[in-house]
Amino acid sequence: MALDKPYGDVPGTTIFDADQARKGYGLNQFCMSLMKAENRDRFRADERAYLDEWAMTEEQKQGVIDRDFNGLIATGGNVYFLAKIGATDGMSFVQIVATMTENDAEGHAAMMAAGGRPIDGNRYTHEWESRA
Amino acid sequence: MSARITASVYTSHVPAIGVAMDLGKTELPNWVPLFAGYEPARQWITDNPPDAVVLVYNDHGNAFSLEMIPTFALGMAAAYEPADEGWGARPVPTVPGHPELAAHIAQSVIQQDFDLTLVNEMTVDHGCTVPLSIMFGQPEEWPCPIVPLAVNVVQYPVPSGRRCLALGQAIRGAVESFDEDLNVQIWGTGGMSHQLQGPRAGLINPDFDHMFLDRLLNDPVGLSEMPHIDYVREAGSEGIELVMWLIARGAMADLDGGPAPREVHRHYHVPASNTAAGMLVLDNP
Repeated sequence: MALDKPYGDVPGTTIFDADQARKGYGLNQFCMSLMKAENRDRFRADERAYLDEWAMTEEQKQGVIDRDFNGLIATGGNVYFLAKIGATDGMSFVQIVATMTENDAEGHAAMMAAGGRPIDGNRYTHEWESRA
Repeated sequence: MSARITASVYTSHVPAIGVAMDLGKTELPNWVPLFAGYEPARQWITDNPPDAVVLVYNDHGNAFSLEMIPTFALGMAAAYEPADEGWGARPVPTVPGHPELAAHIAQSVIQQDFDLTLVNEMTVDHGCTVPLSIMFGQPEEWPCPIVPLAVNVVQYPVPSGRRCLALGQAIRGAVESFDEDLNVQIWGTGGMSHQLQGPRAGLINPDFDHMFLDRLLNDPVGLSEMPHIDYVREAGSEGIELVMWLIARGAMADLDGGPAPREVHRHYHVPASNTAAGMLVLDNP
């Protein structure tokens, strides 16, 4: 029996559940490895060679090389683990978050300072579909 | 003579708040209103110092990878080092543990049917250290031992609000049967509304947050029935951290037949980095 997953109807949002975690296990464990300085050095020296050591799909490896955080989340990445890639690049968490939105880092910070993204119009997927 | 839970503190644990303190930026205009709202809580805790704190928080992929995902992990250690989350470890003191109280809580709470994971070695990330900084400032040593309780709110499904409230009730029972004259506080941390991933990142919902603060105080049992989807939709994918506040709330006297708690302090500010920062301090009269 399929389990109830009502969170599919929230726009611009991927819930990191056990299915996503299963798809993203290798990707997220690769990210965790970047907590060690020696691994960060090896990754920086040759990203492709380092990624080839991990049980990841080609799409995930390319997503890392492209720093495509939305794409990585779709393939099972979780933002807290993906942030280790950003940290390796010297990015702040706000910069990492901003890359997933329509704004650049400055625009994102300005939106936050003005009170953040409002809830109205951002609750259900149909609200985004009708907007497009 | 036994230990008792005298108060509960609820606060966001936004990493940027810790960074602002660590780098001496709290006087900058964008940070002044947030930190000004913490002052009454700091004065209160100076006047009412705890002997120990049970600190409910979540790890953010630092102490725990996906190798193992404990839903409720109780820290049993004598000390916990601040984690290096990728930007270097925070320059804050080692967090002292309380192994005797932790062992007692483990014994009692597991016998009350909660299957805790017991952790003898772990680092603690901003989820644990930022609330300490918010409440205690920048001392050379943290003023009391901490029993950390790490809750999985990263990989769904996370524990229900109902389960969290009941765990708090079990912790209250455990603390009150500890044969030592200890003034124990319980802190619930994380939240409030925020979303850190995907095109909807940056979501903030003050109406939800104020509702949550009000109901946490006045209607905790009803609030504990709120389904996860409401947190996600209304407060953002990371707003789900708020279920942890129900653990601390469950440990207050009124959920054990006692009097209602007293609101000592409340604070709400947008933004702290990507997040709505909230605080509530309750004591048992």
